[in-house]
Amino acid sequence: MTHLTDDDLVLYFYAEGEALPGSLAHLEACVVCRERLDELERTMSAVSASRVPERDESYGRVVWARVQAQLDQPEPSRWRGWLSLEWLTRPRLAYAGGLAVLLVAAFVAGRNWPAPRDSQPAEMVAATASRSTEAEAHRMLLESVTGHLERSAMVLTEVANVRTAGAMDLSEEQSRAGDLVASNRLMRQTATRAGDAGLADVLEQLERVLLEITNSPSPMPQGTLDAIRTRIESDGLLFKVRVLESQVRVRRDADPASPPATKKS
Amino acid sequence: MDGTDPAVVARAQAGDRDAFGILVERHSRAVFRVAYRLTGHEQDAEDVVQETFLHAFNQIGRFEMRSSVATWLYRIAFNCAHDLLRQRPRAARHDSIDDEQGAGMANRLADAAPGPDRQFESAEIDRRVKDGLSGLSEQERAAFILRHFEGQSIDEIGQALGLQASATKHSIFRAVQKMRRAVEPLLDGQT
Repeated sequence: MTHLTDDDLVLYFYAEGEALPGSLAHLEACVVCRERLDELERTMSAVSASRVPERDESYGRVVWARVQAQLDQPEPSRWRGWLSLEWLTRPRLAYAGGLAVLLVAAFVAGRNWPAPRDSQPAEMVAATASRSTEAEAHRMLLESVTGHLERSAMVLTEVANVRTAGAMDLSEEQSRAGDLVASNRLMRQTATRAGDAGLADVLEQLERVLLEITNSPSPMPQGTLDAIRTRIESDGLLFKVRVLESQVRVRRDADPASPPATKKS
Repeated sequence: MDGTDPAVVARAQAGDRDAFGILVERHSRAVFRVAYRLTGHEQDAEDVVQETFLHAFNQIGRFEMRSSVATWLYRIAFNCAHDLLRQRPRAARHDSIDDEQGAGMANRLADAAPGPDRQFESAEIDRRVKDGLSGLSEQERAAFILRHFEGQSIDEIGQALGLQASATKHSIFRAVQKMRRAVEPLLDGQT
C-alpha cells in the first residue's frame, strides 16, 4: 500500500482534498495515515489556538476615523513652505529636530480634538496660519504639541487614578484616548522619520497605552484596568509625557512671539 | 440599497466616500488579524491597517472586482507589511515582539480567568506560533496565514499574492512543515 504524502495530508486537512479522490478511501483503510492525519490536526489546532489581540465591533469605525483624518490632511506641498521657514532652523530651537516635523501631525491633533480647552479651534488655527507671521506659526506649533501631550497626560492620569472594586465605565476616557491615537501615530511616524528616536520611543509607549485603553471592553474589567495602570506606572509613562510636555511648554513660554495671555502659570 | 461588497465598491468608485467607509468598517478586523500575524507586532499591525486602507482608497478606481474585496485588501496589506518590515531592522522587530509578549502575558495573568498553568501553556503556544511564523519566508507566511487563519482558498491566496496555484500550494506545504517543527516539540512534551 502506498501511503499518502505529507502534502496530500495537508491538502486533505485544508479541505482541498476534492483534488485527491483517493485520499478519503485510503484514510478509511490505513491506520498509519489516519494517525498521521490526527497528529497534523492536533498540531494545527494548537496553531489555531494562538491568539491575536482583540478588536471589538467598534474597531472599524475607529480605523475609518483615522483614515479620514489622513485623507483630510492638506497636501504635503502646502506644508513644505512652512517646514522650510527660517524660524524652524533657528539655533535657539535646539529641540526642533523632532518637533519641527511634527507640524502637520500637530495640526491634525488639534483639529481632531472635540473641544480644545485652551487652544483655538482648528479652523481658526488653520485660517490664522495661512496669514500668520513666522513667529505666529511657531507659536501654534508649540501650542499644538503641548496640547496633545497635555491631553494625553490627562487621560493617563484619570485612568491611573481610578480605584474600583469591579468593572468601571471609562467610556469617556476611552473615547478621548481613541481621539488621541491617530494624531499620536502621525507624530510618532514623523519623529521616526526625523530620526528622533527618543521622542519616537515615548510616543510609541504612549500609543500602546492609548490603544489599550481605547480597545478595552466597556465597562472596563478590573483586571484590564489594573494591567493598564501597571503599564503606565512601570514604564514611568506619565512622568515621561509630563517631562516632554514641560520641555515644550518652557520653549513656548520663552518664545517672544507668545502673547502673555496664552501663557499658563 | 444593495449592501454587498461589489455594490458598495461601485458606489465608492463613483466617488461616494461614505461607501468606502463601509468597506473599511466591514473589513478592518480581518485586515488587522492578518497584519498582526504578518508583523507579529500590534503597533505595526495598526500601521499596516491604516496604510492598507489609505492605499485602497487611492486604488479603488482601478479595482476591477476580479477577486473579492477581502482578497484585494489582503494583497494590499501584504505589500504594506512587506514595506514596513523591510524598513525595520530585524533585531528591533524581535525586541518589539518580546516586549509585547511580556505585556500580553501580564495582561493575561491580570485577567486571572484560567489557572496559571493553562495561561502559561497558552502563552507558550502563542510564543511558538509567533516564532514559527517569523521563521517563514514572507511568501510562506502570507500564504499560510490566509489559508490557515482566514480560510482563503488556494485560488484566492494565489490572487492575493500573485502566485500560480502550484506555487501557492508549495508555499503552504513548506509553511506547514516549518510550523509543525516549531510547535510539535511543545505538544510532545505534554503527552
